[in-house]
Amino acid sequence: MIPEFGHFALIISLGLALLLSVVPLLGSFRGDQKAMAMAPSLAIGQFVFIAIAFACLAWSFVADDFSVALVANHSNSLMPTVLKFAATWGNHEGSMVLWILFLSAWIAAVAVFSTALPLVLLSRVLSVLGFVAVGFLLFSLLTSNPFERILPGTPQDGADLNPLLQDPGMIIHPPLLYMGYVGFSVAFAFAIAALMGGRLDASWARWSRPWTNAAWAFLSLGIMLGSWWAYYELGWGGWWFWDPVENASFMPWLAGTALIHSLAVTEKRGLFRSWTVLLAIFAFSLSLLGTFLVRSGVLTSVHAFASDPARGVFILAFLGLVVGGSLTLYAFRAPAVQSRIGFEWVSRESLLLFNNVVFLVATLTVLFGTLFPLITDALQLGKYSVGPPYFNAVFLPLMALLIPFMGVGPTSRWKRDTGRRWLQELVAPAIAALIIGVLFPFVYGGEFNLWVMLAVILAGWLALAMLRDLYMRLRSSRWRSIPASYWGMQAAHLGFAITVVGVVLVSQYAVERDLKMRPGDVEEVAGYSFTFNSLEPVQGPNYVADGANFTVLRDGKAVAVLQPQKRRYLASGQVMTEAAIDAGPFRDIFIAMGEPLEGGRAWAIRLHYKPFVRWIWAGAIAMAFGAFLTLADRRYRRARQRATAPLGGGLEAA
Amino acid sequence: MHPVRKQRLILVCFIVVFSTLAVGLVTYGLRGNINLFFPPAEIAAGLAPTGQPIRLGGMVVEGSVRRDPESLRVEFDVTDYQATVTAVYTGILPDLFSEGEGVVAAGVLDENGVLQATEVLAKHDENYMPPEVAEALSQAHDEATGS
Amino acid sequence: MHASEPRHRSGVALKRLKLFLPLGLFLVLGGFLLVGLRLDPQALPSALIDKPLPSFSLPALGQERVVDQGMVTGEVSLFNVWATWCVSCRIEHPFLTELALNGLPIYGINYKDEDAEALRWLDELGDPYRLSIVDAEGSLGLDLGVYGAPETYVVDAAGVIRYRHVGVVNELVWAQTLKPIIDELRREQRAGDRS
Repeated sequence: MIPEFGHFALIISLGLALLLSVVPLLGSFRGDQKAMAMAPSLAIGQFVFIAIAFACLAWSFVADDFSVALVANHSNSLMPTVLKFAATWGNHEGSMVLWILFLSAWIAAVAVFSTALPLVLLSRVLSVLGFVAVGFLLFSLLTSNPFERILPGTPQDGADLNPLLQDPGMIIHPPLLYMGYVGFSVAFAFAIAALMGGRLDASWARWSRPWTNAAWAFLSLGIMLGSWWAYYELGWGGWWFWDPVENASFMPWLAGTALIHSLAVTEKRGLFRSWTVLLAIFAFSLSLLGTFLVRSGVLTSVHAFASDPARGVFILAFLGLVVGGSLTLYAFRAPAVQSRIGFEWVSRESLLLFNNVVFLVATLTVLFGTLFPLITDALQLGKYSVGPPYFNAVFLPLMALLIPFMGVGPTSRWKRDTGRRWLQELVAPAIAALIIGVLFPFVYGGEFNLWVMLAVILAGWLALAMLRDLYMRLRSSRWRSIPASYWGMQAAHLGFAITVVGVVLVSQYAVERDLKMRPGDVEEVAGYSFTFNSLEPVQGPNYVADGANFTVLRDGKAVAVLQPQKRRYLASGQVMTEAAIDAGPFRDIFIAMGEPLEGGRAWAIRLHYKPFVRWIWAGAIAMAFGAFLTLADRRYRRARQRATAPLGGGLEAA
Repeated sequence: MHPVRKQRLILVCFIVVFSTLAVGLVTYGLRGNINLFFPPAEIAAGLAPTGQPIRLGGMVVEGSVRRDPESLRVEFDVTDYQATVTAVYTGILPDLFSEGEGVVAAGVLDENGVLQATEVLAKHDENYMPPEVAEALSQAHDEATGS
Repeated sequence: MHASEPRHRSGVALKRLKLFLPLGLFLVLGGFLLVGLRLDPQALPSALIDKPLPSFSLPALGQERVVDQGMVTGEVSLFNVWATWCVSCRIEHPFLTELALNGLPIYGINYKDEDAEALRWLDELGDPYRLSIVDAEGSLGLDLGVYGAPETYVVDAAGVIRYRHVGVVNELVWAQTLKPIIDELRREQRAGDRS
């Protein structure tokens, strides 16, 4: 009964979403107050029913209802309850329901928190969001019904969840990622509503900003968790592969980063308006494109879901409708929202413009590299693959180009600034960063290393310029009077510097050795000695494993005992590498078992030493934390009280 | 000059310079960093370049995996049932690598027609074959039947 | 004023045109994605669906006789492509044996394999097949368009291929896909017999 109930709730949710996408929108053009006022209740109702549907699905998983095809295919009675719950979204159909649940949660949140918005704008925003929900609900119901039963012929037990996904990282990674993906739909809906109304002012930007920042923060956390999960779960110590599915989440992040900064200019100075609208459309389009790439099977990847051409056609059609429609609207209506004020070149505006150009170009080059195999295949030029070297060669110089300007950003002034002031303010951090950067490779690595030097100079420059600006601010004004958005900006930019240091140091100084070892062997890697003590069989709840036991010593002192495993999952017969990691703030020690040699008497073993690898994720957490922090800014709460403030109301201090 | 027009001019110059830079980076990044897929039959026919990164895909020939007793060096033959090419790899093979299963090896072809692999990817699950391998094998079928 | 107006107007038109640029780029991209979907590398052509089993004349495994398509048709049956080199075949083997025990006719196509090894495998694991057609050269496999093993075909009483399954046959595949098709075919057959 429960699955049927869930299916029914899904259908009701679709009905409410349909009403939401039509009634308030029509009302907004006819000036029908009653129709417009229906929007928030419809939004909340739609959320309630999708939540019921999700709960029913999760219940089917937790209660081992193997008569539901999805449960039978992706769960197993031997799995712990937490994993059964997570298995709800460890598959295409279930993850779609989670996706719609989050989309509806965002819609409901807009409905609840935006009561002060002009009703016309609010009803249009909610209608656009309702339309997006209709698309995904139809997709779920028509091409990937999660509640399908297998009756009769219910299997005794399920086929098990892919062992790669049986992991705590997997429980939270997709939800965060989806929160980010669908979060950009709010910025998109605001943009479309502005184009419809032909009115785009500072209060519009002030309304979109917190939503965009929140979505961006979730997406950052989601990407960071995915990278961390790949690092410890895929068994070979990589943390970023430029895999099509990773790129699918990274492109909206890059476009979203541009959008956040462009929104700042639109709010403070009323500039770049049509550009901001275009970026909002762009960021959400890339979210949809990512969904298409992951779920249609046009590109192959370790993360991709099993493909079904019908699904691909549906998403592509929806993508065409949403993106094509909004870009057409943009082409006709953009002149109505265009800004007519010029700006000075030496000013914060131009620095943020530079940020936008860099991030846009970065997005496009990643997009190009991701789709290149598809394009050459479509043009019948052969089956190419584009590897990480391409992305590194293109992406890293762009980021390096960005950082010098990032250091100037916070110190710079809106409207008009002078080069001489910048020089005065920033000559000290620049010199300090140069000294630290030049010395660091010698002190840490014992020899000159160009890339490490460059990275430390750039990151040091960014961090010191940021901290100097903070110091100056604290000297001139009271701690409490500094707005939350400033603290958020500080945290996010410092986080970026931390990530840069982590990425470059781990790529330059990591030591990775693959060796053949027998129990009793001792190997030396990066000053640590690894003793292979023993091999023993391990019995897990739903797997059996070969376990190894290693002692790691440094200068004769024990550092860690590590126990990597090679697991064989019983239900699916899949083999999995379980790496053992000793984590630290300045280095990780990573051991993974490769394959048995000589009939199991010896093993191929990976011994890795990874300095500063945690900094990559620590920086990403700081960026996400910063973006969340901006939500606490008093300005946004005040905006709720006087949502219709005219342009220029936002010209107060940053 | 009118200030707005001047600003536009600078903007245009900026965009031109920046897009040239971006296109340059992309071209540089693509050169030598993309690799074309070859089935064994095309390599045997001498169609694949030597000394350039390529990918080879097919089935691992049953009984062809030979391991070096002292190191992690391993040799195996890859076939599309038309021709067979030997690949050499040093390192840890993926969990799903096994004889009689699909495989994709990336590396450089040497003068002896042996692929010096730097990366080996195995098929992902029991029912999945790398699409390129599936296509190469089906082409081999077509050629064998003369269709 | 008048002289500058046309230029001004063309400037506006150009500006308007520029705004269509994102839409144009998107349409090009969408075109590629559409072609990409059609190229779907994993979609397997099923050219032989609803066509009769290709004609062949091949030895039966472990027997002295040669069989052709006429000798293996007449009732709704499964044709299972298998080989000793195929890991997944071993996984589906027990389930096929179970199906055979319940009376379902299953014919094997022993694909690109050694007779001796194939016989040893059937000896060890049991033989679910009415008979196994020896396709050592893979010629029948070529005619069927076999990509790899295991593959399983549903063939009706008239010897027409009605469904193709790529990959392992297990409880789920059986319950969700194969069984409904076979039940339907049997109903058709009975209806045909009666009329």
